[in-house]
Amino acid sequence: MTGVNWVALTIVLILFVFVTGVGFAAARWRRASSMASLDEWGLGGRGFGTFVTWFLLGGDLYTAYTFVAVPAAMYATGAVSGFFAVPYTIVVYPIIFIFMPRLWSVSHRHGYVTPADFVQGRFGSRGLGLAVAVTGILATMPYIALQLVGIQAVLEVMGIGGSDNVVARDLPLFVAFAVLAAYTYSSGLRAPALIAFVKDFLIYLVIIVAVIYIAVKIGFGTAFDAAEKKMATKTPAGTATGTFIPSSAQYLSYATLALGSAMALFMYPHSITAVLSSKNRNVIRRNAAILPAYSLVLGLLALIGFAAIAAGTKPIGLDGKPNAQLVVPQFFEDAFPSWFAGIAFAAVAIGALVPAAIMSIAAANLFTRNIYRAYFERDANPAREAQVSKIVSLVVKLGALIFVLTLDRQNAINFQLLGGIWILQTFPAIVVGLYTRWLHRWAVLAGWAVGMIYGTVAAYQQSSAATKHFGASLDEVPFIGDKGYIAMTAFVLNLIVAVVLTFVLRAMKTPDGADETEPSDYHADAGDPRVQPLAELTEETPRAAT
Amino acid sequence: MAEPDRTDNRGRQLPTGVLVAVLILVLAPIVALLWVGSYAKEDPRLWGFPFFYWYQLLWVFIASGCTWVAYLLVHNARRGGDDK
Repeated sequence: MTGVNWVALTIVLILFVFVTGVGFAAARWRRASSMASLDEWGLGGRGFGTFVTWFLLGGDLYTAYTFVAVPAAMYATGAVSGFFAVPYTIVVYPIIFIFMPRLWSVSHRHGYVTPADFVQGRFGSRGLGLAVAVTGILATMPYIALQLVGIQAVLEVMGIGGSDNVVARDLPLFVAFAVLAAYTYSSGLRAPALIAFVKDFLIYLVIIVAVIYIAVKIGFGTAFDAAEKKMATKTPAGTATGTFIPSSAQYLSYATLALGSAMALFMYPHSITAVLSSKNRNVIRRNAAILPAYSLVLGLLALIGFAAIAAGTKPIGLDGKPNAQLVVPQFFEDAFPSWFAGIAFAAVAIGALVPAAIMSIAAANLFTRNIYRAYFERDANPAREAQVSKIVSLVVKLGALIFVLTLDRQNAINFQLLGGIWILQTFPAIVVGLYTRWLHRWAVLAGWAVGMIYGTVAAYQQSSAATKHFGASLDEVPFIGDKGYIAMTAFVLNLIVAVVLTFVLRAMKTPDGADETEPSDYHADAGDPRVQPLAELTEETPRAAT
Repeated sequence: MAEPDRTDNRGRQLPTGVLVAVLILVLAPIVALLWVGSYAKEDPRLWGFPFFYWYQLLWVFIASGCTWVAYLLVHNARRGGDDK
């Protein structure tokens, strides 16, 4: 790699400036009477239809994870560490089809903005709401960090950021993030929703060109053969480099990674934010059917990791060391003229900015509703809430930087898996809570604590070539012996504790919290007399009765 | 569970037949893809794709179709949705 790729850089800058303009202009889109409430700033007025929701959710869920981390994992170690993302992003939609409409309904009846709002209202427990909120914020940070790694990969391949000076090295990243923070601050959820259109157009363009290129110039058969050969090659340690097709000992890993990630995805505050911003239940169900279009894109992008093996792509960082995360940008730089590489780079960078914006908004909403208002200023008005959220959205982005600086950037897919371990522990409170109030609030809290501690300790003990701790997300499953995704093991423990303790607490007649919801809340749809019409929402934020 | 002032079926429990059909449609992709042993093999290849890879990509379409049919079933059973 020699110097800066000026043509590509110019294209990226032009598209970046354009997107920034769109981000600021978004404040005027579907303009509300006032942006000073979480429903407007944080949920875009809660009025998005099927079309906008499709782009927003697509922009939200298919992130640098898809464009950088998954192909990098495929390139480095093959199917088990990378291709599980395909079953993951297929299995996730049936899951949301079942329970998300219920969450939408109860949230709209009670004015819930975050998953923790629901848990707090359902279980009558501010403590449980706090646990869900803290988990959401914590789990979001490594996920945002993954987006930063994606942007960094693009910058590095363009030849930017190679300085030995720490400040100069990460400066472009900080600039990109400062701009992102600024338009998120002023436009809220409308900014990423509008930018998502640009992002998706670029991504589809790039992937179509890439697939045609691979089919014609390399050939999929050649790519697979090259990958099979590489994965079977022995490393100096004497083990195979990776997995081309999982062996029977790896079935459990593959299945639990897919299922655990799928169950975790819609526990993330940002996914729930995007779902709640849709205008009715059918928007969610229809999207569950049409969003898999992105999963196909993800699968094809993953295969770029294999095509890069066949093409002999050398992802060498500016420090002269190999870095698998650079494989997709490097592949585009090698295979295409600079101007098209620039478009691909911009697609990846913008593809990272959109979800980063939504994630920071969602984490900020969590903080405001379930920590700030619940514990510090119980009578905060909507304008005050929006103000606090805006500031916290900046703080969350800084938290993400800490993860970038401390975790192994070579293995960025692990950032997302680490977040998954934590966020999945809120599943019993949220999803089981959507169907039954049988679980005792303290049992749910205890299960959560056990899952969190087990998951964190197990993940902490995993080492990789580059780091001693948090190096992987697979560990031996007790009593089975094969390796599985730590999140699922922790989740099963969590559930067992919650169920057993519920029996105990019920037998002891320990007081349970009051449930402020009623059965009909879970089926309400737009047009229902008690679902708040939009006009009312824009004037005054309805409150969860706490 | 239904509200007394309702004139349509929104919000009511789905008929059992529809519920069962929807559950099967929704569970099919989950079961198929988590049963890794059923597809972790290389042959037959399709356009150079080993079975393991093309089979999972094929499920993108099948799962999408299943979910769409499930949506139509729910939508028709709860006629009167005001969604356009």
